[in-house]
Amino acid sequence: MAGPDVSELQTFEHDVLVIGAGGAGLRAAIACAAQGKNTGLVCKSLLGKAHTVMAEGGMAAAMGNVDARDNWKVHFRDTMRGGKFLNNWRMAELHAKEAPERVRELEEWGAVFDRTKTGLISQRNFGGHRYPRLAHVGDRTGLELIRTLQDHGVHQGIHVHMECTILDLLKDGDRVVGAVGYWRETGRFVLFKAKAVVLATGGAGKAWRVTSNSWEYSGDGLAMAYIAGAELMDLEFTQFHPTGMVWPPSVRGTLVTEGVRGDGGILKNKEGKRFMFGYIPERFAPETADSEEEANRWLKGDKSARRPPELLTRDVVARAINAEVKAGRGSEHGGVYLDIASRLPAELIKKKLPSMYHQFKELAEVDITTDPMEVGPTLHYFMGGIRVDADSQMTTVPGLFAAGECAAGLHGANRLGGNSLSDLIVFGKRAGDGACEYADKQGAGQVDNEQVLSIIRRATEILNRESGANPFMVQEKLQEMMSHNVGIIRVKHELETAVEKLQELKKEAATAKAHATSQYNAGWHTALDLRNLLISSEAVTRAALMREESRGAHTRDDFPGERDEWLKYNIFIKRGQDGEMVVEKRERAPGPQGLVEIAYSKIEDLESGKVGAEVK
Amino acid sequence: MATRTFRVWRGDKDGGKFVEYTVETQPGMVVLDGIHRIQAEHAGDLAVRWNCKAGKCGSCSMEINGKPRLSCMTRLNTFEPGETITVQPLKTFPLIKDLVTDVSWNYEQNKRIPPLKPRPREADGNHRMMQEDIERVQEFRKCIECFLCQDVCHVLRDHGKHDQFVGPRFMIRLAQLEMHPLDTEDRIPKIRKEFGSGWCNITRCCTEVCPEHIGITDNGIIPIKERVVDRYYDPIAWFFKKVFGGSKA
Repeated sequence: MAGPDVSELQTFEHDVLVIGAGGAGLRAAIACAAQGKNTGLVCKSLLGKAHTVMAEGGMAAAMGNVDARDNWKVHFRDTMRGGKFLNNWRMAELHAKEAPERVRELEEWGAVFDRTKTGLISQRNFGGHRYPRLAHVGDRTGLELIRTLQDHGVHQGIHVHMECTILDLLKDGDRVVGAVGYWRETGRFVLFKAKAVVLATGGAGKAWRVTSNSWEYSGDGLAMAYIAGAELMDLEFTQFHPTGMVWPPSVRGTLVTEGVRGDGGILKNKEGKRFMFGYIPERFAPETADSEEEANRWLKGDKSARRPPELLTRDVVARAINAEVKAGRGSEHGGVYLDIASRLPAELIKKKLPSMYHQFKELAEVDITTDPMEVGPTLHYFMGGIRVDADSQMTTVPGLFAAGECAAGLHGANRLGGNSLSDLIVFGKRAGDGACEYADKQGAGQVDNEQVLSIIRRATEILNRESGANPFMVQEKLQEMMSHNVGIIRVKHELETAVEKLQELKKEAATAKAHATSQYNAGWHTALDLRNLLISSEAVTRAALMREESRGAHTRDDFPGERDEWLKYNIFIKRGQDGEMVVEKRERAPGPQGLVEIAYSKIEDLESGKVGAEVK
Repeated sequence: MATRTFRVWRGDKDGGKFVEYTVETQPGMVVLDGIHRIQAEHAGDLAVRWNCKAGKCGSCSMEINGKPRLSCMTRLNTFEPGETITVQPLKTFPLIKDLVTDVSWNYEQNKRIPPLKPRPREADGNHRMMQEDIERVQEFRKCIECFLCQDVCHVLRDHGKHDQFVGPRFMIRLAQLEMHPLDTEDRIPKIRKEFGSGWCNITRCCTEVCPEHIGITDNGIIPIKERVVDRYYDPIAWFFKKVFGGSKA
C-alpha cells in the first residue's frame, strides 16, 4: 500500500508540540503558552484523565510550614539518600530548590491544599522524607494537581488535541521537527510540525501484570525517543510500590497510598508481628525508631523520637514484604496486612484517607476503619527514562525534550514518594522553557514525506494483514513474562530468559492483527502499543542484566548488596547502527563538592551548619 | 468456572444493536473487567473509554442496566447470579462508537468559566486560608469529571438545553470558584444569564448518581441560586442600586 498523499494529511503547525497531558505535559505547555508560543498539547485520553490523577499522597516541597527545620538542603539530602546516590546531582538540587515556588504557584491557579492550624499549606509525613513535607489534599492530590493545571491551561490559548496517539517522531537531519499520530476516534492520521517537541509520556508499567499503572503507560515516549536516536538511562530501576491491593484478583496492583503509613498505618504479617523493625538498613538505622514505643511517640509529634520503620524508602519496604511472603508469613491472598483501623478513630480515617476508604469498601468489600487491608508490591514507577540535560531537559537529540516520569536522573536508583508530583511541575516548567528557547533559535525544519509514509504504513499493516496474533494475548504474555522474570528480585538466568522471550514476543507482535475498521478500535490501539512496550521491556531487562549489584529498586539475588564500584556508573541504552539495542555503562561525572558533602552529611552536622552552610 | 452474559450496545451514529457476549468471571470482577474480557476474546474492536480502573479518573462512565455508573466501580456480584447485564453509552451526548460518546461539549463549557482571580499574597509570600473555610470548596473539587451528573440532568438529557444550561458539573465548578476564599472575581451575572442557573429545578438526580458523593444540589447549586436571587430579586438591594448606583450586576 502506498499510503495517502502527505500533502492531503490533516496538518497542524506549532512552535512547541507537547506529547502527554499529565502533570509534566500540562506544566510544560503552560510554560510555552506563557511565552506566547503557539503550543500544541496531545493526549491519548480526554484531558484531565492522565495517570497523574492517580497520585494520592502529595507533592514534596520543603516549605517548612509544619516543621520549620525543613529546607531545600534536607530535601536534597533525602532525595539523594533515597536514590542511593545515583541521582543526577544538578536535577536533585534544582528540584529541591524550586519545588516550593511551583507549589505556591498552583495555589494561585486554584489548587486548594489542606491547611495547617495557622492557615498555611499543610504538609504530611512520607517515606524517606525527614520532615513533614508533602503538600496534599486528603489522598487525592494528583486529581488536584491535574485539575488545577487543566483549568488554568485552558485559558492560556493552548491547542489541546484530545484522544490522539502519537506514533513516531519526525526528523530533519539530527533534529526532531514534528510527529505523526492518529485520532483514536476515527483512526485518521495527523501530521504535527513543530520547532521543538516535549515528551511527557510517563513510564511503561503496563508491561507487568501486577501494576498500579493504566493502559496509557505503554512506554511511548521511551520508545519514540529511542527510535529517534536519543539515549535512555537508568532503566534497571523500576519501582515496586510496597502497597498495592492484592485481593480481589481484578484489582490486584491498584495503589494503596503511602499516606496510610504516613498517618500511622503499620505493616503486620499473619502472625500479627510488626515486622519492619527487622528490616532497617544500616544507613538508615541512626534515623529510624528501634521500638514500637519510640515509633508511637514520633507519631504523636515527639520531635526527639525517630521515624517508624514503615516509613523507610519504598525499595526497602517492598523487599521486606516480599521476604515475609516468601517465608510463609504472608496474608491469605499472598500479601501482608496494612492496619490503620487500630491506629486512628474511624472518623479520622474517613477524613484523612477518603478515597482509600471508598476504594476498599467498593472494590474489596473491606472496611478499613475496622479491618486491615491486604497489600503487596506493585510495579509503580520508572526511575529511568530518557537522558536529559538537567537545566533545559533537552535529550541527546536536538529539539527533543522530556520531562516527568519519561525522563531520567532526578530519582537515581529509587524515588521517594511525593517527589514525583514535584518533579512534574519543576521539570515540566523547565522543559517548556527549554523548548521555547530552542524554538526561538531555530526556524521550522523540513518534514520528509517518506518518513511520514513509513510511519503510516507500519500502523495500517496491522489492519490490512489477512490474519495474525491477537494483540491482547501478546500483551498478556508479555505481562506474565516480565512479572515472572524481571520482577522485584532478579537473577541472571531469569533475565537471560527474558531477553530470549522478548525476541520471540517481538516476532509475534510484528504479526499482530486487528480486525474491523480503524475507528476507535481497541485491538488496533493495543497492537500499536506493543512495539513501545517491547522496546521499554528490553531496555529494562538488558540494563538489569548488566548491573551486577543490588541498589535501590534494582535487586539482584545473585549480587546482593550495594557494590561501591557500581556507584561510579550509569547504564545507557541507545539504538545501534544495525537497529540492535546497545547497552553500555559509563562513568559518572563527580558531583560538586558542596552538594556531595550535604548528601553524605550526618543530619546533625547539616542542621548545625557544620556542613553545607556555604552552599547557596 | 462461573460465567456472565453481557448485552452490549454496538454501533455508531448511523445505528446499531445490542449484542450478547458471555465471558468467564473471577471473584471481585467489575463490569469494566467483563468488557475487557469481551475485547480480548470476542470483539477486539469494541470501543470503551477507561484509564485508572479505581474510580479516580471518571473515564469509564456508561449506563448499566439503565443506571449511569462508573463501570470500574460496579461489581458483578451486586447483580443477581445469572442476570444479564445490559451496558450502553451515555444518552445525553452524541455517540461515537459502542460505549464511547462525544463529551467535548463539556470541555467547551469549562473554557467559558472565568478562572480564579486570587487576591494578592500576604507579605511573607503565602496565602492563608482556614481549613473550615475551604472544606466546601474541597468537596466540589473532588469531582472527577465523569459527567454522570450531566448525563442524568433533565435539562440536558430530556430537553437538550445544552445551549442554555452548563449542567450540574459546571454549576459546582462555578460554586467552587464563588466560594473560594481567595477569589475576587464576580461570576453571578454570568451564572444567571449565560450559564443558566434558573434552569435547574432541583430534582437532585445529579446528586444521586455522583460517584464522589458530592452534594451537588444542596451544597452547590442551591446556594448559587440563592446568590443569584439575592443579587437580582432583593428589593432593598434593588432600591439602593437604583438610588445610589451600584458597581455589581
